[in-house]
Amino acid sequence: MGRRFSWFNAVSITAGFAFLYLPILLLVIYSFNESRLVTVWAGFSTKWYVEMLRNQALLDAAWVTIRVALISATVATVLGTMAAIALVRFGRFRGRSLFSGMIYAPLVMPDVITGLSLLLLFVAIGFDRGFWTIVLAHITFSMCFVAVVVQSRLVTFDRSLEEAALDLGCPPLKTFFVITLPIIAPAVIAGWMLGFTLSLDDLVIASFTTGPGATTLPMKIYSQVRLGVTPEINAVCTVLIGLVTLGVITASLIEKRRALRGQARAH
Amino acid sequence: MSGGPDNGAAAPGGRAGRRGARWLVLAIPYLWLLVFFLVPFFIVLKISLSMTALAMPPYVPVFDLAKGIDNVVAGIRQFTTDNYVWLIEDALYVRAYLSSLWIAAVSTFLLLVVGYPIAYGMARAPRRWQAMLVMMVILPFWTSFLIRVYAWIGILKKEGLLNQMLLALGVIDDPLTILNTNTAVYIGIVYSYLPFMVLPLYAALERMDDTLLEAAADLGCPPVQAFWKITFPLSMPGVIAGCFLVFIPVTGEFVIPDLLGGSETLMIGKTLWAEFFANRDWPVSSAVAVVLLVILVVPIVLFQNQEAKRAEREGR
Repeated sequence: MGRRFSWFNAVSITAGFAFLYLPILLLVIYSFNESRLVTVWAGFSTKWYVEMLRNQALLDAAWVTIRVALISATVATVLGTMAAIALVRFGRFRGRSLFSGMIYAPLVMPDVITGLSLLLLFVAIGFDRGFWTIVLAHITFSMCFVAVVVQSRLVTFDRSLEEAALDLGCPPLKTFFVITLPIIAPAVIAGWMLGFTLSLDDLVIASFTTGPGATTLPMKIYSQVRLGVTPEINAVCTVLIGLVTLGVITASLIEKRRALRGQARAH
Repeated sequence: MSGGPDNGAAAPGGRAGRRGARWLVLAIPYLWLLVFFLVPFFIVLKISLSMTALAMPPYVPVFDLAKGIDNVVAGIRQFTTDNYVWLIEDALYVRAYLSSLWIAAVSTFLLLVVGYPIAYGMARAPRRWQAMLVMMVILPFWTSFLIRVYAWIGILKKEGLLNQMLLALGVIDDPLTILNTNTAVYIGIVYSYLPFMVLPLYAALERMDDTLLEAAADLGCPPVQAFWKITFPLSMPGVIAGCFLVFIPVTGEFVIPDLLGGSETLMIGKTLWAEFFANRDWPVSSAVAVVLLVILVVPIVLFQNQEAKRAEREGR
């Protein structure tokens, strides 16, 4: 089917993508600005990147953020995958609607409510607030996103492969790791990446659940933004955007190669 | 439905062990969500009913489960609705709730108007372009929310890039004040939530059968009428999903009104944040959260039902 762009569709797509990408592009361009004034162009310079690398508080915050994101995304992926399997495979068990409710509600729950309620939980049980309370909070909301992503892959899954393995005497746990997991792997990886970036991104929930000594990068950026826009923040943002873009592109290339290899094997 | 409660139990041997493994797969995430998602709401409710105190934590504990049932009963007698009375009596809170709902409703409508043509264009684009277009909509979503909001400060400022451009083009003579107004909040919300609106719309439009439109055209239906009679009704699931996905979180939004809005911007997420971090009044901020949750519970339940139904439909 040889569909072409009609002028209306071409214009709406172009305008839409310009709207999505121009602000980010401007932010990146002005991170290379010589002047301290973010909005006046005074020549190309990388001095804000040097400044950024000298800012120890900023680097510490970045390190905290990365560790939180790595741990919480990994645990959330395990829990979320389990939740997705339970939702798709276990039929109508008792308490199912409460379970699926608790999976979908965090996706839309305003951050201020989630953050406040988790903080009050930690205070009520006397859990010392800091690095680990942020991790626990991030696991909780990330696992729901993972569950939804993995679930959508599981429902379109061909069960006969699993059934064949089980019929041939393969133990269920082994069947899961040898058959099921490789097939749902793209969704599991996508879920992990989603959890990682959500954690990297979160300001509100981390602000509520943190304690002394645990400052994440978004908290640091937020407190500096409140004082005014600086090219240094632009530089930090540019680095983050670059890393995320690289990650997403790498992931999609790996996925494409997998798909091509799969096609080649089918011939 | 392909999944009965007992599937997978046909193979002989290790049935008890498999039951145990199955039980764990469900029990671990279930317990996690109960402890870290559901129970905290009851704690918020409890604290919203207790009195403010100048201590750390800054409230009078209503009861302590460890001290037995008498203590609980005595505690429940001490429950106070003062915080809620306070919320109703102070016009600021009522106005903040109403203004949040209004801003969320207007933003949802704006998002639909902006997002629909993009999703429509994507769904009608040549097939080989579509995967890339979807990826391009998702990509900004992966970059930090905070960064995307921050990017607009530099654009909307009085001496910002938008004003510079408009002045240079001679469209305006004096710089416009956009930052720290509700207009800036709307721009920020539409920008940040656009992928959440476009993707469900695209998913609905992409499934649509082209031949329906061809049939309408053959029967002499003008394109605009065909759109309203065929395309739009068929895309309703996407419209509904997109609206829920943006309306609910926008109502409690904090970052956008805080960074782009001004003193005129009243939003309940901002009020809750200020009540908690500036006034350190935990009981009142809990009451603010409880009321916000009560307001949002209907849309949240509707959203859950729709998503659960959709997941089941896809499984069939």
